[in-house]
Amino acid sequence: MAKLDSSLKNMTLSLLLISLFMSAALGFVYNVTKEPITKSMKAKETNAIKDVLPSFDNDPMSSPLQINGLTFYIATKGKDTVGYAAKTYTDRGYSGRFDLMVGFLPNGSINNIVVLQQNETPGLGSNMSQDKFRSQFLKLNIGELPDKLLKVRKDGGEIDAISAATITSRAYCNALQKAYDELMKIQEESK
Amino acid sequence: MSNVSHFTNGLVKSNPTFVLVLGTCPTLAVTTAAINGIGMGAATTFVLVCSNLLIAALKNVIPDKVRIAAFILIIASFVTVVDLVMKAYTPDLYNTLGIFIPLIVVNCIILGRAEAFAQKNSVFPAILDGLGMGIGFTLAITLLASVRELIGNGSIFNVKLVSDNISTFLLFILPPGAFITYGYLIAIMNRLRARYSN
Repeated sequence: MAKLDSSLKNMTLSLLLISLFMSAALGFVYNVTKEPITKSMKAKETNAIKDVLPSFDNDPMSSPLQINGLTFYIATKGKDTVGYAAKTYTDRGYSGRFDLMVGFLPNGSINNIVVLQQNETPGLGSNMSQDKFRSQFLKLNIGELPDKLLKVRKDGGEIDAISAATITSRAYCNALQKAYDELMKIQEESK
Repeated sequence: MSNVSHFTNGLVKSNPTFVLVLGTCPTLAVTTAAINGIGMGAATTFVLVCSNLLIAALKNVIPDKVRIAAFILIIASFVTVVDLVMKAYTPDLYNTLGIFIPLIVVNCIILGRAEAFAQKNSVFPAILDGLGMGIGFTLAITLLASVRELIGNGSIFNVKLVSDNISTFLLFILPPGAFITYGYLIAIMNRLRARYSN
């Protein structure tokens, strides 16, 4: 078969048919992958909630609380509230926004922290998920700090910043502070 | 050219990364860890093989004047397929590769092979060419990424080879390290090729 001429009719028809066929194929793939995509995104959050909270027996994902862009998941065991998992974020990272999942005990102290999504510099800011940095937040209660503010040592606070990543460390504190402040409001209201 | 040489062409003689120096944007950007190199390479190979196949099959019904538009349409569709599939089944890898998966659309290896090879050949050689180029690209960026991960982080494929207390050359994980490593690898490859072609 000889190659088609570049006449207007041929060009339009050829492009039209290729786009039709390709969009049909894409529609098919989209439908097939839609469910696994939502599932895998949800699984990541569910696992993060399990990681940051003490053991619970309800389904915190079923009744999330949305406040100022943060999401709170309340975990209970029997009738007692055992913890709050907060999906929090900051826009002050070295490469923009990153998301954390932080678990609070009912008294406001931090139980555990998981990094959900980040684009910080590999080898520097990305070390925020390592134990060396993370461990200093565990059992920490922001309410017992001076002025109830979480700060890195450079700004007069208690936290040792990740070496060569002070901006990331500040942003990390900022995300935690946000979650803590909102949590205090929630607890205030429920009293 | 025989079918075998269509395949091996991309591996060494016209390796897209070390010889043609095409597609350097993902090459430099994602090669911070060896596993990223494999993931990126596999995604690119898939797109390359599928687009080469379809373009070779359709070459007679694509008029010359709109061929680039038609190629981009085909390539972009396959990239979106890869994007959706990776998002669904390998979410962690998808997160690390991030924007560079959609950017495979403008990877010049793919359009380059469509233009230079697939539109002039029949389906079977085009598949072999895509496979050869894709594997050549995968091997090259995985090598680059392994070197960077080893020197910059002391590990390969996330397996730590040195103790945590030993400091590594962070520079190699950062963008300048990509250029430095890439330059040295090209020099070594040129030396090797010069020696063995005589």
